[in-house]
Amino acid sequence: MDWYPLWNSLRIAGISCVLVFFLGILAAYYAARLPRWIKGLLDVVLTLPMVLPPTVCGYFLLLLFGSRRPLGLFLSQFGIRFVMTWYGGILAAAVVAFPLMYRTARGAFESFDQTLAYSGQTLGLSNTYIFWRIRMPACRQGILAGTVLAFARALGEYGATSMLIGYTPGKTATISTTVYQLWRTNDEAGAFVWVMVNLAISAAVLLVVNLMERRSGTGVRQ
Amino acid sequence: MSLVVDIEKRLGTFTLQVAFQSGEGTLGLLGPSGSGKSMTLRCIAGIERPDCGRIILDGVTLFDSRRRIDLPPQKRRVGYLFQNYALFPHMTVAQNILCGLCREPDRRKRKARLQEAVSMMRLEGLEQLRPPQLSGGQAQRVALARILVNQPNLLMLDEPFSALDSQLRDQLQLQTKALLARFGKPALLVTHSRDEAYHLCSQIAVTDQGRILTLKDTKALFADPGSIQAARLTGCKNIAPARKTGTYEVEVPAWGIRLSTARPVEDEVCAVGIRAHYFNAKSAQNLYPVHFTGQMEEPFEHILQFRYQGQSPAAPDLWWRIPKDRRPQTLPDALGVAPANVLLLSGQAPAQPELHPD
Repeated sequence: MDWYPLWNSLRIAGISCVLVFFLGILAAYYAARLPRWIKGLLDVVLTLPMVLPPTVCGYFLLLLFGSRRPLGLFLSQFGIRFVMTWYGGILAAAVVAFPLMYRTARGAFESFDQTLAYSGQTLGLSNTYIFWRIRMPACRQGILAGTVLAFARALGEYGATSMLIGYTPGKTATISTTVYQLWRTNDEAGAFVWVMVNLAISAAVLLVVNLMERRSGTGVRQ
Repeated sequence: MSLVVDIEKRLGTFTLQVAFQSGEGTLGLLGPSGSGKSMTLRCIAGIERPDCGRIILDGVTLFDSRRRIDLPPQKRRVGYLFQNYALFPHMTVAQNILCGLCREPDRRKRKARLQEAVSMMRLEGLEQLRPPQLSGGQAQRVALARILVNQPNLLMLDEPFSALDSQLRDQLQLQTKALLARFGKPALLVTHSRDEAYHLCSQIAVTDQGRILTLKDTKALFADPGSIQAARLTGCKNIAPARKTGTYEVEVPAWGIRLSTARPVEDEVCAVGIRAHYFNAKSAQNLYPVHFTGQMEEPFEHILQFRYQGQSPAAPDLWWRIPKDRRPQTLPDALGVAPANVLLLSGQAPAQPELHPD
């Protein structure tokens, strides 16, 4: 059996999750301090991928990065092509998973007790230290939840991925596109195997999250 | 060792405009909530930025709008005890205190000063606990330890006892007083409690609606609050509009009486105040017939409500506070006040006779 889709899915989900983690936190942090009307506008734009059908997101990605579009042409000069490549899957997964990270992180940042940051400042702690060592740990639960949601969403991404990178065995195949492809070609047993693989990964992720929450729950009560 | 503050900040319809100087010792900012006390502290700490003005601590300019100086909070060396103590919930007590030692590069010195602070603030055995596991008093001691190891040039306490129950409050006030005396640098205490201010502060600034009404030595303020708001904030229960009728006499129409005073009455006096403790049945001065309308009982005192014979119906009852053991068997027909205890007040004239605060 060819395990390529498993490996491809995991690396796409993993890399896009790391990307989304930093981008989502950054956007959430700065959005929380913007004036209200800009925040509202930004909110709509950044959350759209969550409510749009993934195929619509894929359509827009093709509009932007298609090989005959200006941005696609520009990037292809550097050898970067998001269409029909495995790393195009990162782009598709990241766009769809981003709002989940952004929204949960923003919620966590907004409920953060600002006096903790202020007292850190008056004690002489640098703003970087305060961000990573005080704000982030205090918002840990929300950020962890956002990361898990983003990873799960990226792993299960189908619509935008199939639009942008299609299905090429051994090249762009992911678990979800493989399941569909095998089912379509009447390979019911093959599809079943990949469904079970997917189930196992999801269960494992949830288990890890539960363990992490229980461990952090002993020391700190929020 | 001095602090000079002269700042202005507009927030919607509210304008904060405070100017004061303070040397060693504790200056209390006494005022109702929303009067701009905490905002003043935040401006001094650098958390909020005033629209204009200047803040100078020990000759170092922390903020000056003309010279475009605005030091970040990290460089101001101002210790700020927040109302909720703002301990970092995910760190242990020791880690919290070590945050205050972040300027000390030498690891061994950091450790030594941590130990010093732990024993000074009596935190032995609590080092490995986390803030949610501490009692209110312990949390306050940790927060103070964290601030003091930072060696600030100014200590600011924002309603430091509001999160504690009353029994603990009295005990901690004594400790805080000793701590402030040892600190030996300027300190600011924000409070709305006249008792706290009286215990802990050598000087008091009365604030109202973003302004400082009076700044006086504590005892002088309580003896002569000067303005209606200051009288109210220092706990004066009986206040009514008045007008000057002689060099040493005012008329109080709401109470239907004239009061003689110990000091010459100034022209801007527009009200009088009489503290509830200062009525006296045996006084021969300012003696007027009264009738009693009700009473409240406190653990060690009675509050007797009464009205003067000629009092206008719109004016509320007056209060007389008397220790239980000094209360006469039969209530007197008349009450007097020593002229020195008639507080002469200026400021915004109350449209109606004052309602009792609190």
